[in-house]
Amino acid sequence: MGELKLMKGNEAIAEAAIRAGVDAYFGYPITPQSEVIEYLMAEKPYETTGMVVLQAESEVAAINMVYGAAGTGKKAMTSSSSPGISLKQEGISYMAGAELPCVIVNVVRGGPGLGTIQPSQADYFQAVKGGGHGDYHMIVLAPASVQEMADFVTKGFDLAFKYRTPVMILSDGLIGQMMEKVIMPEHTPRWTDEEIIEKWPWATTGKPGSRERNIITSLDLDSGRQEQHNIHLQKKYKEIHENEIEFEEFMCDDADYLFVAYGSSARIAQKAIKLGREKGIKAGLLRPITLYPFPAEAIHRLAKQVKGILSLELSAGQMVEDIRLSVGCDIKVEHFGRMGGIIHSPAEALQALEDKIIGG
Amino acid sequence: MAKFKGAIVVDIDRCKGCEVCIGACPHDVIGMSSEVNIKGYKYSYMVNPESCVGCANCAVVCPDGVITVYRKRIEQ
Amino acid sequence: MKEEVLSDIINVENLVYKKTPLMTDNILSYCPGCGHGTAHRITMEVLEELGVWKDTIGIAPVGCSVLAYEFMNVDMQQAAHGRAPALATGIKRCWPHKVVFTYQGDGDLAAIGTAETIHACNRGENIVIIFVNNGIYGMTGGQMAPTTLPGMKSSTSPYGRDVHIMGNPLKITELVAELPGVRSVTRQAVHTPGNVRKAKRAIRKAFENQLKYKEGLNFVEIVSNCNSGWKMTPVHSNKWMEENMFPYFPLGDIKVDGEIVNK
Repeated sequence: MGELKLMKGNEAIAEAAIRAGVDAYFGYPITPQSEVIEYLMAEKPYETTGMVVLQAESEVAAINMVYGAAGTGKKAMTSSSSPGISLKQEGISYMAGAELPCVIVNVVRGGPGLGTIQPSQADYFQAVKGGGHGDYHMIVLAPASVQEMADFVTKGFDLAFKYRTPVMILSDGLIGQMMEKVIMPEHTPRWTDEEIIEKWPWATTGKPGSRERNIITSLDLDSGRQEQHNIHLQKKYKEIHENEIEFEEFMCDDADYLFVAYGSSARIAQKAIKLGREKGIKAGLLRPITLYPFPAEAIHRLAKQVKGILSLELSAGQMVEDIRLSVGCDIKVEHFGRMGGIIHSPAEALQALEDKIIGG
Repeated sequence: MAKFKGAIVVDIDRCKGCEVCIGACPHDVIGMSSEVNIKGYKYSYMVNPESCVGCANCAVVCPDGVITVYRKRIEQ
Repeated sequence: MKEEVLSDIINVENLVYKKTPLMTDNILSYCPGCGHGTAHRITMEVLEELGVWKDTIGIAPVGCSVLAYEFMNVDMQQAAHGRAPALATGIKRCWPHKVVFTYQGDGDLAAIGTAETIHACNRGENIVIIFVNNGIYGMTGGQMAPTTLPGMKSSTSPYGRDVHIMGNPLKITELVAELPGVRSVTRQAVHTPGNVRKAKRAIRKAFENQLKYKEGLNFVEIVSNCNSGWKMTPVHSNKWMEENMFPYFPLGDIKVDGEIVNK
């Protein structure tokens, strides 16, 4: 049985990391996610589970510490918020290229640039389309509760090691900062060094006489081999698409209209749907849990049932592009969302559905 | 007094003909070939093998690690 | 010398020097006469002699030595430009009993990676940094580096480095020596047999320090040539290095056992 706690989303990530047997966290303070490293430093897991916690000199250094640690087969993670995640793109691209597992948490704030410190979902493109250079994807998980902040740490590492790929937990300033009850998982012991050597034969753990040296690199100057490597990565992404799509449907069975929303916006959409049903508007919600791979088929299926879809995002409309690619039929697909750190209210969301989809 | 006789073996196809070994040799043993190797470089060889004492200076300074050195003690 | 005399000498029992098996048989990607090959080799010789190669993880940089992992026969990871000390930090923190080193050039370590270098040094990461300084960006084709000498020509300082416009060469080695996290700092060269032997002793000391003391960073600079970038023959470039690089970057120990010995 887990342990019931009242925690901030950011703290839940940190506590879950300790309990998940994570080996190392490398971070750098940035609002609104600094509680992650603050919590870890206060908990001192290096004295209990042996988890390394280090405040790096920059986000760039932090992600490259993760890159080094991940190369050795350890469970390594970092967290940041939007401007910091931009800095981490270099390391993320290298890890995607070198096929290393890790978990990166983005507690998104408003942009562009230094933007603001309030919640936003404007890093969707960056997270699901690549972000850094080159043809790659991360698995992107979108928590909509403090519970999911905690649960997705373990889930993230499971997926990261299963596919040898970086996994991003794409949260936002609202989920990161709000307090909710959360059931914390039981402690999972960290892998021993011997287990790591056994489980991950690719890891740089020191070359015994019995094997060739292990090399972790994203470089191959031979174009033919580099293309083959890219083909291999694309196959992996296809496999991820086939196996790992996750979403949740809310009141979709009889829905005439559909909200598609993730994270904080999904919670707002749920409330908007309830308000709408009081007025006789039958709307439902499809909440992508994995943003990459994207639940395109589920949207395609529901698009045949409903009269229109509203993408509710704390951005100028990013996920809406993927929804439009998914519907495959001639129904109305629009976006509504506030920006700059302002959070849309359920009433605003419902009004947008009425204006842009029902009446539009 | 003991005397040493030495000899070097150059991995010809790996030599890049930089000539750093020539200056490193205290006994002017090494010279460059007039032929080129598989990569098109002139390569070093013992032009004056009698003088080699097997000090290994050439091998120590060779950036490409192409020189193997042997040394034999000869009683006089 | 007669063939039979030679064959008498060239015999396994008379072997005195042979490339270490910790260097792979891959042909080095470096230009003829480049000091990188020697710096690689003596690093690997040290790991062989200390018997720690099975427990060693090396970090290759971006630059000419980006492919160091093709030549060094130990577990290796390739870093983004300048980030090797951050990777090494991640590795060493997770595997404190392993021997961890970075191998970096001057552009990598002293320009784009300055923050990672200084902070790894300042934290006293228990690693060895081998810093090959040839005063130029070699791989990208001879551009000005943070260590390019005043007046020295490069493809991005074609009229010579004008320090009023381009700033002064960065003596990062002296800079990191000031940091309490750094246990030892030395500056060596590998262009003559004597220098190679000294440099190897310095590298050996750096790794011994890592093994013996569980904290503190050990930093070895090797001033080297770039005959292609400097547009000289290998032999001439070594002479030019002695005459021009060494006065600015003087050889010798700078910090020993935590004490500055030579300012």
